[in-house]
Amino acid sequence: MRFFTQHLSAAIGALGEFQRRLTGNLMTITVIGIALALPAIFILALDNLAEVSQDWDGTPSANVYLERTLSEQEQTALLSQIDALSGITRSVLISAEQGKTTFAERTGMAEMLNLLEQNPFPAVIQATPVNTLNPDEVSALVGTLADLPGVEDVRLDQAWLQRLQTIVDLASRATGLIGALLAIAVVLVVGNTIRLDIENRRSEIEIMKLIGGTDAFVRRPFVYTGFWHGLMGGMLAWILSAIVIAVVARPANRLAGLYDSGFALSGPWLADGLTIVATGVFLGLVGAWVAVTQHLRRIEPGEGT
Amino acid sequence: MIRFHGVAKRYPGGNDALRGISFEVTQGEMVFVTGPSGAGKSTLLRLIPLLERPTRGSIIVNDVNLATLTRRRIPYLRRSIGMIFQDHRLLPDRSVFDNVALPLVIAGFEHKEAQRRVRAALDKVGLLDRERSDPATLSGGEQQRVGIARAVVSRPSILIADEPTGNLDPALSEEIMRLFEQFNRIGVTLMIASHDHALVERLGHRRLHLADGALA
Ligand SMILES: Nc1ncnc2c1ncn2[C@@H]1O[C@H](COP(=O)(O)OP(=O)(O)OP(=O)(O)O)[C@@H](O)[C@H]1O
Ligand SMILES: [Mg+2]
Repeated sequence: MRFFTQHLSAAIGALGEFQRRLTGNLMTITVIGIALALPAIFILALDNLAEVSQDWDGTPSANVYLERTLSEQEQTALLSQIDALSGITRSVLISAEQGKTTFAERTGMAEMLNLLEQNPFPAVIQATPVNTLNPDEVSALVGTLADLPGVEDVRLDQAWLQRLQTIVDLASRATGLIGALLAIAVVLVVGNTIRLDIENRRSEIEIMKLIGGTDAFVRRPFVYTGFWHGLMGGMLAWILSAIVIAVVARPANRLAGLYDSGFALSGPWLADGLTIVATGVFLGLVGAWVAVTQHLRRIEPGEGT
Repeated sequence: MIRFHGVAKRYPGGNDALRGISFEVTQGEMVFVTGPSGAGKSTLLRLIPLLERPTRGSIIVNDVNLATLTRRRIPYLRRSIGMIFQDHRLLPDRSVFDNVALPLVIAGFEHKEAQRRVRAALDKVGLLDRERSDPATLSGGEQQRVGIARAVVSRPSILIADEPTGNLDPALSEEIMRLFEQFNRIGVTLMIASHDHALVERLGHRRLHLADGALA
């Protein structure tokens, strides 16, 4: 109970201090807000993109187009031959008839198809490579498939998806790096603000130590200052990223529509927002801790008086 | 209560402030530390709450050898010693009440009890009606009495005062000293550094006279 009230009063006291130097603190919070919002926006956008690529399972499947001259028995024989290949986990035969039906269902162009004398669809075997294959092994496999007798053509579908995946990976890494740099910036900004705070309250700190304040007691208000900075900066970052994403969402979604993609930019949701705020609080506390451990210990009532 | 044995203090610059002094102050004693400027009076007093560490010798306070105290234990030593300074050392942006309450806040006293003790301390120094005031609006003598209230509020067994009347006129000085005598009467051990030989003479307590870092 005593512990709790001491912390409560330190937390509120830090807020009071905060109000006293409002402009400086607001500037610090704005810097934190922007520094957190930037990576947050990129991470959110990338999350949205990653969702697109996860709608398909990670590994591309190969569409093996069969020659029209193949009989049904020959098709089935080919299917088991492909199934037996070491790099393939699953293979499905889609007959020309099935292909036509599916297409008709999807597009509603059944009548038009019926006008055609001949089924325009070839029989296809959909072969899914095991997902441990690297891109080189996948292309080798595609070569093997293409060389099989009775195979007309092999297309690795969703190759674009792989490209997208690579771009997302690249962008994630860049974002992670930039995020790390900005996190360091936040720690330094909070640390510097609290360092100034400590300098301004030097005589107060001396008096506290003089009358028996422990290190923990003297440290507490400054750590709470870092906490408030992080909390408010984090909330600002949440708001900023929500605004930016709302502004960008419409054109982004229209663009995605042009690519016939289900991609829709959205967020930040509650969980994202809380993560941003928690990150802010964490970095604020780290910054405070750095400042406090570096500067508070040096202030002793014994020195210079 | 307080025992110095062969205590010397050399400041980092090479200044020998104290050159091996030994004395004992027993419980309930009131002792003046006198001597010319630079004799080492402040240094002597500052060693007791470990505002400085001695270079040599041993200091025992309340049966604790200060040499054995780690940095972490120092705050608890200081809580058992009330300190009063010539320049009061009050927090200018807190009310008189909050200033006096500070040692209790640090020690984690419960609010009601703290309030009661602060009022009692302010009453003792005659400033109960000024508890909401800003320290800067008080006279020098009143500020000094706030400092005394803060020093006694947690009821320490030892009070240390470094020239508590240095800035005060003779009448006020005497008043402050009489206040100290009151605390002494209820069993508090006091060590007071003072320049005011006439006043010290008149009060007639034990004296430790320092000259150039040695007891004379
Ligand atoms: N922090 C310090 N660093 C270096 N030397 C110091 C320090 N404090 C005091 N001294 C030196 O130690 C000696 C004793 O100083 P001290 O303050 O104890 O004297 P004092 O008797 O209290 O003097 P005064 O009556 O003027 O207050 C002096 O020579 C002083 O210059
Ligand atoms: Mg002095």
